[in-house]
Amino acid sequence: MDEILDLRGLSCPIPLIKTRDALSSADSLTVIVDDEAARENILKFAKSQKYCAECTSVGPDYQIVIFKK
Amino acid sequence: MNFGLILLTGIVFGLGAVLLVKFGNPGNYGFCAACQLRDIAGALGIHQIGTLQYARPEILGWILGAFGIARFKGEFVTRGGSNPLIRFVLGMVMMLGALAFLGCPLRAILRLSAGDLNGLTALAGFASGIGAGIYFLKNGYNLGRAKAYQGVSTGIGYLTVLAAFVLLVLVSVNAAALNFSVKGPGSMHAPIIISLILGLASGVLAQRARMCLSGGVRDFMLVRDTYLLKIYGVLFLAALLSNLYFGFFKLGFADQPLAHTMHVWNFLGLFLVGIAATLAGGCPLRQLIMAAEGDTDALACVIGMLAGAGIAHGMNAAGAPAGLALNGQIAVGIGIVLTAGIGLFFREKIVTASKGV
Repeated sequence: MDEILDLRGLSCPIPLIKTRDALSSADSLTVIVDDEAARENILKFAKSQKYCAECTSVGPDYQIVIFKK
Repeated sequence: MNFGLILLTGIVFGLGAVLLVKFGNPGNYGFCAACQLRDIAGALGIHQIGTLQYARPEILGWILGAFGIARFKGEFVTRGGSNPLIRFVLGMVMMLGALAFLGCPLRAILRLSAGDLNGLTALAGFASGIGAGIYFLKNGYNLGRAKAYQGVSTGIGYLTVLAAFVLLVLVSVNAAALNFSVKGPGSMHAPIIISLILGLASGVLAQRARMCLSGGVRDFMLVRDTYLLKIYGVLFLAALLSNLYFGFFKLGFADQPLAHTMHVWNFLGLFLVGIAATLAGGCPLRQLIMAAEGDTDALACVIGMLAGAGIAHGMNAAGAPAGLALNGQIAVGIGIVLTAGIGLFFREKIVTASKGV
């Protein structure tokens, strides 16, 4: 089972810190954010760490699935 | 990574700031999220210093430009509710810190690009403050979740842009409702149309680039992300070359425009801005942009900055070319203690993780 992180409504850079911390102990992760800046930061971080990241819009939110290549 | 956006944002902010000085703004005063907001506070009568009163169209342009592009891109969302009162306090202390140094972090870069080495001291303080803020973030600091507003209450998200529009109309017609300085820095300004155009352009770009002075240093410290730092590099170079071209460059600490050489207080002033901006989720510029995007928590922070300008000038706690008076030193000290207390004690419990299938 994947861990799901609900990071909606949290100020920058808390979504990034929570995602980074979760990825230190998991190979895959689903993150939910509702802010464009948080979405971009998390995707950028995942890319820099050589993770695969897929983002889909779900209503007003973004669901980002991150997993190791 | 969008290199075009990095280049364009850096050039418009760097070259634009120097052009504004060329067209009439005071020295190294093309853009400043703190000082220019302080001038707006003066125009509104929030402080009574007659030489610092002008509703700067640069700031109004930032707000209107960021709002326009956010609406166009579908990124305007009315949201809020993440402890606005504490964000008001953080905005207030950010302004106290910035006015101790005489500039926000953006102006620190612009001052440095014109040879004012006090900018270096201040930026060292700013980076240290961000480091302190990150310490609190790593130890669980947060102000709770914001929520998107629904229905009629979404109208509150338009308050910032409405206020900016009304101010722009009033300043354009020299309305008696606003104060206008007749001498001093407040009386020095580029023609409104030039200030507005450069404000609009930089507001659009700041929104698209997610420009945040504290965010650049913070993201580098956290995850070695250099995206925003690259913008500041281009901005610095563009401003440096423009200052050299127009003959504004003068290397040294002493006798710089709208600056003082009390190094400890230049350092601590932006230290306070760094720590408060990290806890508030963005620097003074970013707060203005987020407020324009409908973020009412950022608006609370901006209103706190306006109040901070009133306190700083009402209590003789703002810096001046002669230095920072004792009141200002006490204000910065109290601000640092207060902000550290917020970082230490505000750790709202939030459940973020669940197991999926």
